[in-house]
Amino acid sequence: MQEVCRRQIAHNVSLTCVRMRKFKTACLSITLLTGLERETAAKSALLPSVLRRGTAIHPDMESLAAVMDGLYGVQIEPLVRKKGEIQCVGFRADFVDDDFVPAGANVLENTAALLGEILLNPATRGGQLLGAYVDSERENLINEIRATVNDKGVYAMRRLFEVMCPGERFATLKLGTEAGAKKITAAGLTKHYRNLVASAPIEVFYCGGAEPDRVERALTGALSALPRRSGGGMPATQIRLQPVKEELRSYREALDVTQGKLTLGLRLGETMTAPNVAVLRVLNTLYGGGVTSKLFRNVRERLSLCYYASSAVELNKGIMMVASGIEFGKYDEALAEILRQLEAVKSGDFTQDELQSAKSELITSLQTVSDAQTRLEDYYLEQAISGLRCTPEELAALADGVTRDEIIRAAAGIRPDAVYFLTGKEAEPDAQ
Amino acid sequence: MRSKEYPAIGEFVCREQMENGLTIYVDRKMGYNKSTAFFATRYGGADRRFRLGGKWVDTPAGVAHFLEHKMFDMPEGDALTALSAAGASANAFTSSFITAYYFECTGRFEENLRTLLRFVSTPYFMQASVDKEQGIIGQEIRMTEDDPDYALYYGLLQSLYRENPVRDSVAGTVESIAEITPQTLYDCHKVFYNPSNMVLCVAGDQDIRRITDIAREILPVEGGERPVRDYGKDDGPTPVRKVNRREMEVSQPLFMAGAKADVSLTGAAAQRLQLTADLALKALMGPSSALYARLYRDGLINQTFLTEFESNSGASFALFGGESRDPDAVVQEVTAQAAAVERAGLDTELFERLKKAAIGEQLRGLDSFNDVCYTMAQGYFRGYDPFEACRIIESIGPDEAAAFLREHLAADRLALSVVSGTR
Repeated sequence: MQEVCRRQIAHNVSLTCVRMRKFKTACLSITLLTGLERETAAKSALLPSVLRRGTAIHPDMESLAAVMDGLYGVQIEPLVRKKGEIQCVGFRADFVDDDFVPAGANVLENTAALLGEILLNPATRGGQLLGAYVDSERENLINEIRATVNDKGVYAMRRLFEVMCPGERFATLKLGTEAGAKKITAAGLTKHYRNLVASAPIEVFYCGGAEPDRVERALTGALSALPRRSGGGMPATQIRLQPVKEELRSYREALDVTQGKLTLGLRLGETMTAPNVAVLRVLNTLYGGGVTSKLFRNVRERLSLCYYASSAVELNKGIMMVASGIEFGKYDEALAEILRQLEAVKSGDFTQDELQSAKSELITSLQTVSDAQTRLEDYYLEQAISGLRCTPEELAALADGVTRDEIIRAAAGIRPDAVYFLTGKEAEPDAQ
Repeated sequence: MRSKEYPAIGEFVCREQMENGLTIYVDRKMGYNKSTAFFATRYGGADRRFRLGGKWVDTPAGVAHFLEHKMFDMPEGDALTALSAAGASANAFTSSFITAYYFECTGRFEENLRTLLRFVSTPYFMQASVDKEQGIIGQEIRMTEDDPDYALYYGLLQSLYRENPVRDSVAGTVESIAEITPQTLYDCHKVFYNPSNMVLCVAGDQDIRRITDIAREILPVEGGERPVRDYGKDDGPTPVRKVNRREMEVSQPLFMAGAKADVSLTGAAAQRLQLTADLALKALMGPSSALYARLYRDGLINQTFLTEFESNSGASFALFGGESRDPDAVVQEVTAQAAAVERAGLDTELFERLKKAAIGEQLRGLDSFNDVCYTMAQGYFRGYDPFEACRIIESIGPDEAAAFLREHLAADRLALSVVSGTR
């Protein structure tokens, strides 16, 4: 059981409160939403890490850590996410709930105040964010962008988006570009920061044992210095219904790896003109979302073509992604099977059992969202962006009612757009 | 049946010891949609040499993990499919010392529990499916070989240990798993998957009497013998080699340094060492320490830096690491700081704050059903009560932590593993 309430606590600032007493910890997040732009993405991504370094009152990490340890180990993480073409930057705090700390510790109020301090009262010199913090976090950001090559599955997905969506903002990494990061100066970042806190829509999320009025009081106090410029709404995402070209575009790159990564990007098509979230999520689970899916059962289990094969949907952008790890030589066979299974979904070639298993898997996954605060937090951020208003339990009930025809209809317009294959150097004859 | 309440942390735990030797724990969690069941055996990648029918048997690297994959095969089909079809999300893992099978579901808990107990206790290994699995796991091994974190971790363990099989990958190698036959799997199942070597942990709003009834209905009446295993000659406290360097495609060097710790401790003493070590490592170089602040400011470490103490029955070790442009400099700074602590002791105010934070972290862990089940299983296998952690933390003093650092972070105890970019 959950009580959810959503309130506007300042111009363009919304608070979502989920009151639940079963957890021993509470979660509080503040997220600024801004359009994902190739030129500014790195700046926005850098901001939380720089702000997290120190405030006017607690000027370095050591003094911040001392306050946080004293509050029974409150954790405050800088967060950078990408939802469609919206970049979401901010902080998530989690902390022990009232029942388990001595009375009067006021961990909620103290944590909210600390978050407000980090966001609005940074350590500055001459009105600018500290150069030393900007420099060192910029280096960290550049390293983090470069480190996307370390996990080959993640890297292949990143490259897929780049080749699939060349003219679209979606191609930009949530961390921005290395070139963009290199250009950041303390002066430039300070300007960007002031603009962002004044104009970006802000989502605040709380989940824990406190009643909403108390949470609102804590937050309005913590954010009382927040400057708010009039205007400015939710940034938008451009959805492309059709593939870039008629035929499937294919790309391949060789790195020093022993396992190949085949990634495929698809456009969801016509169904995105009035997307039905429940139908699309059941469709994805049936096709490649889980262990009962067509991809898992056929590409992996039946044909042993890969170690893993799964699909995911990005409904904010209207695309579907397939990821799989294969032996280099099995590329043609695996791709053909992945596409064949998509055709099976489109033509209704799936049993009632398969549909029921997909629904069960999805429903369980949705019902358990309410059992983990970080998942709830992300769920409600997604809701705030999509404009949908339902609890995970309500979405699960909708998924339960999805019919075979609805799936076939939604799948009809799905078309593969681009395939990106990360292969090994020794597998490429050109390399010799 | 015995039950115990822990009012300070709001937990209520029931325990049952069955006639066949299986122990069952239920952590009663109210108000959640889901329940988790976690069925574990004290058998992992390091358990390669053991007694069978009065003789010592040696098995190839990777059997425990291979067996984990093949356990899901049932005469009537794949257990994973059955669990998924009944709405459970199931998985399994194999570490060096534990293999565990678990699921989480929101309905049909008893049906899923029956499936779990049945497939884990039913050995069914066909030659064809063993052959096929060699291909699938071969791919998994290839994938981990591309993973720098994996190379880093085993690079460290191979520097710390010469004899202890913990130094070898849990999954084995493509060559070692090629030696596995159905008979290998039957033998290992017989030795290690007997109820007296296992524990069943449940978190959720479930009744232990119902769970015990189901376990009695499905599991064998007789518990087998307790397994006898051999981890090889003691490697001693110092590393077998100081540095292990590898080149891979990484953007910036990754490093991990570590030192071996006493494995003879069991029960509450082992638990206390674990909690003391965690606090000591944080006090010396955790995010709240002066050393961390300095290394971070100088660009020698970043947010990936971590400290950890891994405590197991066969091998325990402390480690720290992350990304760094100069790993050797970080290690040097850490050993210098440890020497300074030896002279001046730990900052007592910092230490008291870290204890508060550690208690917060314990409470946070109680919100995760997987964590709760895993720590209950770990506590059972090691002979301690994991729910006493907060009380123990309160009783640990800075001198005890300083003594840990003095012993383990001396320069001659540390080994270093580095993975840096190919040129």
